[in-house]
Amino acid sequence: MKEPLRIANGQGFWGDSVDAPARLVRGGPIDYLTLDYLAEVTMSIMQRQKSKNPKAGYASDFVNVMREIFPELIEKGIKVVTNAGGVNLDSCFEALRETAKELGLSGVKIGIVSGDDLLERLDELLGNGTELANMESGKPLSEIQKSIVSANVYLGAASMAEALDRGADIVIAGRVTDTGLTLAPMIHEFGWKATDYDLLAAGTVAGHILECGAQSTGGNYTRWWDVPDYANIGYPIVEAYRDGSFVLTKHEGTGGLINKQSVSEQLLYEMGEPSNYITADCVVDFRSVKLEEDGENRVRISGVKGGPATDTYKVSINHFVGYKASGSLTISGPFAVAKAEKCAEIIWQRLEDAGFKYEETSTEFLGLNSSHGDINPMPEQVNEIVLRLGVRDNDKASVERFGKELAPLITNGPPGITGFAGGRPRPQNIYAYWPALIDKDLVRPEVRVETI
Amino acid sequence: MKRVKLLDIAHSRSGDKGDSSNIGLIAKSPEAYEIIKNRVTAKAVKEHFGSIIKGKVDRYELPNLLALNFILHDSLGGGGSQSLKNDAQGKTHGQGLLLMSIEVPDDFELSKDENRPEI
Repeated sequence: MKEPLRIANGQGFWGDSVDAPARLVRGGPIDYLTLDYLAEVTMSIMQRQKSKNPKAGYASDFVNVMREIFPELIEKGIKVVTNAGGVNLDSCFEALRETAKELGLSGVKIGIVSGDDLLERLDELLGNGTELANMESGKPLSEIQKSIVSANVYLGAASMAEALDRGADIVIAGRVTDTGLTLAPMIHEFGWKATDYDLLAAGTVAGHILECGAQSTGGNYTRWWDVPDYANIGYPIVEAYRDGSFVLTKHEGTGGLINKQSVSEQLLYEMGEPSNYITADCVVDFRSVKLEEDGENRVRISGVKGGPATDTYKVSINHFVGYKASGSLTISGPFAVAKAEKCAEIIWQRLEDAGFKYEETSTEFLGLNSSHGDINPMPEQVNEIVLRLGVRDNDKASVERFGKELAPLITNGPPGITGFAGGRPRPQNIYAYWPALIDKDLVRPEVRVETI
Repeated sequence: MKRVKLLDIAHSRSGDKGDSSNIGLIAKSPEAYEIIKNRVTAKAVKEHFGSIIKGKVDRYELPNLLALNFILHDSLGGGGSQSLKNDAQGKTHGQGLLLMSIEVPDDFELSKDENRPEI
């Protein structure tokens, strides 16, 4: 057993810094590297990719990262826990096997955690009387069954811990709780039990702090003027102890900062009811979290209290609900605001005259009030403004037609309009999120460990 | 009494939960926590954001972190991929809250903030 156990996060979402994982591996000691690629909407995007190409549907960035750091991970004994498998664990595993082969690596154990994907099981589940009702509206899933593109259970840490127990060096999962990526190594290394509620809660808090990459180390920090060397920001590392306490830190010589405020900001990120933070593994009371500064760029977290997990898993379902498009024009002064308003008026008028109607439209003035509405007093004059227009509708052709109305304004509208790069806005599919609960005994997580 | 901006006495961070956003508001000191606890009510937040929030505001207290957590219901134009908003995830709501002006006692001392740029 390693103590303290050093668990780092090198990826907070698909699209995060491509250099962060390698910098964590090379910048100092770590035992585990967690890489989080999945947001709620990511699952629907991946299912769509898979429907077009049976080998797609996982986070391909992960394989590129591994190509760069795989030999060093083996050499240093650093293990990886990731949800990069998305909706295609087999292809992700195959790609990783190919990469290992290219690099001349062998004898590496890969753990694969599956069972989260319910898409193929929906008929069976709904047929057996499982409602999968929307947690917010209460409507039964059968109402939208035909439009479903993805349905995944948020599995907990237990299966990933089992893969580690069985010797996995790399654990690839699909939809698991973000916090479980961090908790799993702790369960494995410290031998925590399913009834060690406070310990599981502590590991979950550690996971919550890590899961958004540099958001706990100075990223998105209110007093950004106090953050040194953003360009070289250090990604977060937890030094965990078997009693459930841990210290958040980062490698020496990196930028960013860690203090009680940076940790508190991240603790509250995407928080609902703080006393009732439910994961597949436990329920955490965030009002129990104690913070103390423990030297420069070090915060000690302790005292975390938790309770037993619920009888259900959360299910993340995405269903297709139509199309949207948005595009923008840059309008320079004089009279930037008045001209932007005129441009919007012209475009909506032309679409109406051409017979197009939309379920929803939006007109935003970036640089004036798009983020904060009327919180701020309006400036009397701005030098330039970005007009951002959007439409949403079931009819793809109408949405496509909207995309053709922006560019003409440059030559047939008011003067001084620019910034129309990147072509016509194209219709994008919209997937609505349908959160539901499912009894745990209806879900069958599976773990397999393969040596490559 | 004198007026300050929440930016002077607190930190914040926001994110999304479906069609709602949440804002964590963290006081810089125990004294500042007492002030935000008393002044930054759910009603005050709802009024501050005006037409941005279509639903209600819930508020939770976390005295251990000197913090409040607000849920701004129906504030993201549908949320997720449905929203047409430039900020579909409420990333800007935390900064918006820090613009709120509140009353503090005349003898309330603002902590040093020497690197802060002039507006």
